[in-house]
Parts: sequence; structure tokens; C-alpha cells
Amino acid sequence: MNSRLASIIRKEFIQIMRDKRTLVIILIIPIMQLFLLGYSATTDIRNVPLAVLDQCRCPESRALLDAYRAADYFLLAYDVGSEDEIRILIEQGDARAGIIIPPDYNAALAEGHAQVAFILDGADASAGSTMLAAATLIGQEHATALMMEKLERSGMDVENFQPPLEVRTRVWYNPDLVSSHFMIPGVIGMILFAITSILTATAIVRERERGTIEQLIVTPIRPWELVVGKVLPYVILAFIDTLEVLAIGHWWFGVPVRGALWLILTCSGLLLLSGLGIGLFASTIANTQQEAMLTVWMTLLPSIFLSGFFFPLEAMPKVLQWISYIVPLRYYLVIIRALLIKGVGIPAIWQEMLALSLFGLLILGAAAARFRKRLD
Amino acid sequence: MSETVIAVENLTRRFGDFTAVDHVNFTVEAGEIVGYLGPNGCGKTTTIRMLLGLLEPSEGRAAVLGFDAFRQSEEVRARAGYMSQKFALYDDLTVLENLAFYGGVYGIRQGAPIEAALDLVGLSDHRAEMTRSLSAGWRQRLALAIALVHRPKLLFLDEPTSGVDPTARRAFWDLIYELAAQGVTVLVTTHYMDEAEYCGRVGIMRAGQLLAMDTPAKLKSTVIPGEVWEVHVEPLEAGLAGLQNAEGVLRVGLSGDHLRVIARPGLGAETLRRAAQVRGPSPARVERGEPTLEDVFLSLARI
Repeated sequence: MNSRLASIIRKEFIQIMRDKRTLVIILIIPIMQLFLLGYSATTDIRNVPLAVLDQCRCPESRALLDAYRAADYFLLAYDVGSEDEIRILIEQGDARAGIIIPPDYNAALAEGHAQVAFILDGADASAGSTMLAAATLIGQEHATALMMEKLERSGMDVENFQPPLEVRTRVWYNPDLVSSHFMIPGVIGMILFAITSILTATAIVRERERGTIEQLIVTPIRPWELVVGKVLPYVILAFIDTLEVLAIGHWWFGVPVRGALWLILTCSGLLLLSGLGIGLFASTIANTQQEAMLTVWMTLLPSIFLSGFFFPLEAMPKVLQWISYIVPLRYYLVIIRALLIKGVGIPAIWQEMLALSLFGLLILGAAAARFRKRLD
Repeated sequence: MSETVIAVENLTRRFGDFTAVDHVNFTVEAGEIVGYLGPNGCGKTTTIRMLLGLLEPSEGRAAVLGFDAFRQSEEVRARAGYMSQKFALYDDLTVLENLAFYGGVYGIRQGAPIEAALDLVGLSDHRAEMTRSLSAGWRQRLALAIALVHRPKLLFLDEPTSGVDPTARRAFWDLIYELAAQGVTVLVTTHYMDEAEYCGRVGIMRAGQLLAMDTPAKLKSTVIPGEVWEVHVEPLEAGLAGLQNAEGVLRVGLSGDHLRVIARPGLGAETLRRAAQVRGPSPARVERGEPTLEDVFLSLARI
């Protein structure tokens, strides 16, 4: 390696190692984010507190409640005496749902037209829709069971009875539909992108802030050597973070790593091109480290929202979907989710890889051209 | 006999409407110590930046070590040393690490040139110290060592002594002489008049224009239009006003606790004394003064 490049890399490493606080932040923050998002950003519904108004108190109503108890979606938390009590519990947030069984439930059931009411707190739309589906499904399953019993009593041969249509669902790749399997690959992308862009921008602007950039320019150092030498140590840190998050995601959260590790790292490298480019670009605009941080954040936040990290792109308005095509992180999330969970190979993701490379080189090239101008 | 190290022709730099450097011409020969004297913002730093190719001249050109300063700046930079007024040091590196870094950037891998630079500036015993804990004087020496680590033939020093105490400044100039004795050409900017006296030749700069450039002695004898007098009077303002209007007085300026007057030769001390105390009750004390670069500056500044 040439002596100029080696000197910068060595210097940068000394400075990183000496700044323990920043080093710890770089290595610890991803783990914190991973745990935070792995646990908090979940749409899985478990043990929703349910208020029960059972006005019948008969064996039939108890059988229905048992059906709700058996599926662990709901926790039969409150036994109440009136509808108002359900309202108050839901308003206070103590209960998220209520079930009302009418006094004549057993009689109506015998006649074949019983009804129960199910009340849901829809304030949280995504949790509400999951609860709605669960409540409906449990009710329908119980109704089917009751129907079979009735048919059996009427002398029909239930063993050989076949319903005319049966939908058999099979969920691939993530059979339990665990949210964290969707979130954690996203966290990897977000961390990789955020760390490289922020650190690149601040590392270069720091030289300008301290006035050392002027001294560097009058040395025989080339602009590319300066950029590469300064960011290479941070690229290495970003890869350490990637492996860190991948390992914890796999062994702690049970996220599968089905694709080849070399392919995962290669694609992560392609994302780094964009992160470096944006960081470098910000460094040509900003004069202080704060300005650099802000500039990067302004591109980072829309990137995260338009990448499909939290919300599926398919659910967004068409315009936002179009804009998302210029967000490099979007392609990476498609790639990393496919690699980790589906375990695909290059044939399935080559288009995204190509898009990621093109964007990376484009941004990096534009930033480098600007950087050169600022230097001279 | 001597070779021209810097040749500047009509060098001009404009920033929008503002002309920072205005058609400057001068040459510097090998082994000279040339001072560039002028107040802050008069275009000294802009001139040096153009000589190093950091800024493109709006007009004119500069040849440094035989290369075009802007188009062949890489050639110039490899052979010239530069010490900026900010002392471009890394606070979180030690003295040795700073020096080794810049050495490496110039392709110096072995320790000998780095040791030599440390020795020269007298920082050998402080090599392991963290740069942020150094005094201003030591920081200045380290910045000089960095500018010298690749043994340049030409050294640009931009306000090298700003913020440094007088003792350290004196020691710093001893170093500069040592370098010049080894054949290094030095171009140094300063706004300290006393420092400019140390230079072989001095250029006087004001508002972007190079008003004169010569040896301090020559400047004093040619530029100052009359005899130099020191006038001590209370209050100073009244004395200033009185002298400004007096017949035969060419220049009057404040200099610390007294007034400096340049008067037509032959104008007696008595005339000055009378002019100085038109209003003041206290008698003025008038003495002949040694001409200094300050008087040169004063003379040129009012043209």
C-alpha cells in the first residue's frame, strides 16, 4: 500500500482507538437498536386483556369463553356486570376488547340463531386488525364445532362428512409469522447505512473544523487517498456492526440466516457505497460536524421511511412508491430479507444488486467530484 | 549567482467585488528571509495561498521553484513547506504521532528525518506528550517541524508567531535563521513590526497592494520622507491634532504612549513642541527617534 494512504489509515485508527466514548457508541448502539426494535416493533398479538360480560352463565357460554381462552390471543382479564363497565375498562386502556354474551344465549343456540357481541379498541389500527381477525376466527371455529355436534346428534355420519371447500394455508419462510424476522434484517440495513454516512461526513468535516484540511491539501496527498484513508477504518467498524447484529439476530431472536454469508457481506458492501457517498456529499456542504450530522439525518429519515423498513411499500401511495425507487436502502432491504429468510442466491436478487451498485457509484462519483472542487 | 525561487507578476485575486490582492509583483532569491508585513486582512494569507496553488489567481501569475504555482501546484507542494496560522495539529495525537503522520504523507517511512525534525525544533524530549497539553510555544514548534519534515527548500510561514509569548517568538526566529543558514528560503507573514526587522527584506502590504519591498535599512532611508521625532505630551489627542496642522510636519501617528512625527528635515524640536501643546497645559517633551519599520509603514500608509 502506498505510504500516504497507510499513514492516513494508521492515524485514523489511532484517533478512533483513543476516542473510547465514540468507539463504544459505534459498537453498542446497534445492539441497543436491535433489542429495541426486535422487541418493540412487533405486530404480534399476545394476551390482549379481554373484559367478559356473560349474562347467560350457562355451560354453553362457558364453552365459548373456553374457546377464547384456549387460543392465547386473549386473556380473560375482567368479569364484568354491565356494558358500561366494558366501556370504562376500554377507555382507561385496562382492557383492549370486550365480549358480551346475551342472557338467552343457550336458548338461541338451541334454535340455531345465537349472537354474541365482540367490542374492539381500534385506536391502534394494526393491533386492532390483528385482534379483529383473531376474534372472528376463534368465533367461527367454535361455530363450526357446534354445527358438527348438532349434525352428529341428528344422526349424520360426521366422520365421513366433508365440507365442500377447504382453504389450506401454508406460510413459507416464516411459518409463525414472527415480526422480528422481518424487522431485524431491516435493522442491519439501517445501521450499516446510518453509521457509514454519519461517520464519513463527520470524520471529514472534523479536519475542516480543526483547520488541518488546509495542511493536508498542501501535502502531496491525493483527494481520493484522503477520502479512502479516512473512511476505510469506519467501513471496517460498520462491517463489525453488521456481523454483530447478524449474530445476535440469529442466536438471540432466532432469525434464520439461510443465504450465503459471503453474499450477505458483498451486498452490504454495495450498500456502503451509497452510505459513503451521502456522507462524503454532506461533508462537501457542511462546515461543522453538527451541520454534517443534520445534513445526513435529512436524507436518512426519508430513506428509512421509504425503504419499507417499518411499513410495506405496497401499502404506500403510488407517488411515494415511485420516490422509493431512488432510495438505495430500499433495494438492500429487499436483498437482505430475501437472503436471510428465504436463502435465495444471486439469480433472485441480481436486479436489486445492480440498482444498489449503480446508485452507490453515482452518489459516490458525484460527491467525489464535488469534494475535489472544494479541495482545490 | 543566486537563483530566483519565487517570481510573482501582477498577481491578483478578487472575491466578488473585493480585491484581496491587487497586481502584486516581487521576486525572492534562494536563501533569503523575506517578510510580508501588513495588518490583518490586507491580503498576506491570500498571497501565500496562491503561491501554494490553494487559490487560483484572478489575474497574473506566480512561479515557485520554477513551477507554475497553480497549474503545477503538486510539484510546488512536494518541495515547499507550509505552516498555517492555525497550527494544523491533531490534538489527540502525540507529538511524535503528528510528525510521523505528516512524514508518512510525504513518503517518509524511516525514522531519521523525523528525529532530525524533532531535534531541530527541540521537541525530542516531548515526543510522547499529547499535543493538546502543549503550550502555544511548543505547538508552534511542532507545527514548524511538520512543515519541515520533508526537508523543503522553501518555507511559507503564515503568521507563525501569533498567540505566542515574546520569549518563544525570539527563540522561534533563531530557528528561522538556522534554517536560512542551511539554504532554506523563507517567506514569512507577520503583523509585528519588530519581527519584520529580523527579515532580510520586507514587503509592506496594505489593502491588497504591495507598497514597497526592500531591506529594512533601505526602506527606512528611502521611504521615510523626513526626520523621525518622538513627542511625549498630555493629552495625546490634543497633541495629535495640533501636530497634524503644523507647518512642516509630514506624518503623525500614535505609538503606544507617545506620538511619532515625521517632519521636514531641519524643522527644529522647538517648533514641534509649540505645535504639540497648543491646548495642553503640560510641556511636551520632544526627542529625535530611530527610524523603524513602523515609521516606514506610517509613511506609506498615508500616500
